[in-house]
Amino acid sequence: MRYILLIYADEAARGAMSSDDRHAMYAEYEKFANELTERGIGRGGDELASVTSATTVQERDGKMLVTDGPFAETKEQLGGYFIVDVDDLDTAIELAGKIPAVHGGSIEIRPIVDEG
Amino acid sequence: MTDAAAAVDRVFREEAGRAVAALIRITGDFDLAEEAVQEAFETALHVWPTRGIPENPGAWITTTAKNRAIDRLRRDRIGRERTDDAARLAALEALGDDVQDIPDDRLRLLFTCCHPALATDAQVALTLRTVGGLSTREIARAFLVPEPTLGQRLTRAKRKIREAAIPYRIPPREVLPERLDGVLAVLYLVFNEGYAATVGELLRAELCDEAIRLTRLVDRLIPGEPEVAGLLALMLLQHARRSARTDAVGDLVLLEDQDRSRWDQAMLDEGLGVLDGEDRHRQGAYLLQARIAACHARAPRPEDTDWPTIARLYGELAELGPSPVVELNRAVAIAMADGPDAGLRQLEPLAADLDRYHLFHSARADLLRRAARPREAADAYRRALDLTTNDAERRFLERRLHELARDA
Repeated sequence: MRYILLIYADEAARGAMSSDDRHAMYAEYEKFANELTERGIGRGGDELASVTSATTVQERDGKMLVTDGPFAETKEQLGGYFIVDVDDLDTAIELAGKIPAVHGGSIEIRPIVDEG
Repeated sequence: MTDAAAAVDRVFREEAGRAVAALIRITGDFDLAEEAVQEAFETALHVWPTRGIPENPGAWITTTAKNRAIDRLRRDRIGRERTDDAARLAALEALGDDVQDIPDDRLRLLFTCCHPALATDAQVALTLRTVGGLSTREIARAFLVPEPTLGQRLTRAKRKIREAAIPYRIPPREVLPERLDGVLAVLYLVFNEGYAATVGELLRAELCDEAIRLTRLVDRLIPGEPEVAGLLALMLLQHARRSARTDAVGDLVLLEDQDRSRWDQAMLDEGLGVLDGEDRHRQGAYLLQARIAACHARAPRPEDTDWPTIARLYGELAELGPSPVVELNRAVAIAMADGPDAGLRQLEPLAADLDRYHLFHSARADLLRRAARPREAADAYRRALDLTTNDAERRFLERRLHELARDA
């Protein structure tokens, strides 16, 4: 069963981090990614660039609408994701609890629909 | 319902959860399990009244439901071959006719129904439906929601269990305590829903019996968990007072004014017995609340109540989880033990947190009245009246205000 772990956190807070704190945070992410690899359950993951670089595209009445910014303005922004392949939701919850952004931020777990 | 049908209904409800739980484990399909057990119930309604209730009704229900599930899967298979259906069928057929040694899977079912990834109202509905064997209509009426709403809630919850792959198992040790807390919270919620209901609404009062039945079941399936025993004792001790809690017109009767001869002594004894089996030094939110309820249960008259012990127990409860409401109860107990002035001193620091809480003002009013400060007491009663939304409480507060004015 595949799940995507969507990482939501306050970008402004991350921007205000000292460089030491930022290094420590990246080290924790690396540790997490390594655990996924060792357990053979990681199926990819990425950090996303800031929402200030986001562009939203919508087609309405046959017209393509391109706007600056994310689809929805929220207090916490989607900042990255991991995809994992595990047995059940409890394992996905356990993993979500190890993502550094769980402190202060939120991890949304969504099952990925299997084709066929 | 005829007597025979009522008897079938009672035995069936007691035993059906086990069959549902077993079929879910074997097939992984909540709907199939529920529908098969429902069909078994209809068969029982036909057969039991004439042939008598079988010696082992649980085994009868499981066997009958298993056969209904097999029929259903065979029927559905015609024309479309589905591999997961074939696997379910094979697993059911492999069971054979000896269902005696099927393990009791109700604990798994409870943990799945009370999984924190489900909304609380869905946890409650699912638990009562699948483990408790209540019908969708009964649950809807008990919780005062339209039946289609409740049906949707159940459908959505079952879909989430399937789509998000919520596991069907007893949680591993690392998460067991918090998951067990979740199960107990659902059971206590069911109990309180019944307990808070006014008299005359029979179905809602039945929720208390149902909560007690399910808590007993958890206590049997996970023996030696002090909080499970604590919750069971708490429910028994509270429920034992049910017929003394309201008067003829349905108004609440305060503990001190209750006719204690109307307390259910057998149920009180059972609750006290459960508590006696527990280590006195163990702490836990339900255990402590049960010990407080036990102090009231042991007092033949209100003036015999052991208030110093109650005050101490509220103190321990506050240490476990600081809460202004617990502090309020503690202050009232201190007032009963050491006089109204001591209680008022405890109350003062809570004013900021509880200013919008009517029970704070009514408790304060009561202590001021006892401390012979009638003018301040009247002000506090009026403040409580401004804040309360409950009619029975409003009548009570107005009566007290009236008494103050009369005595002045």
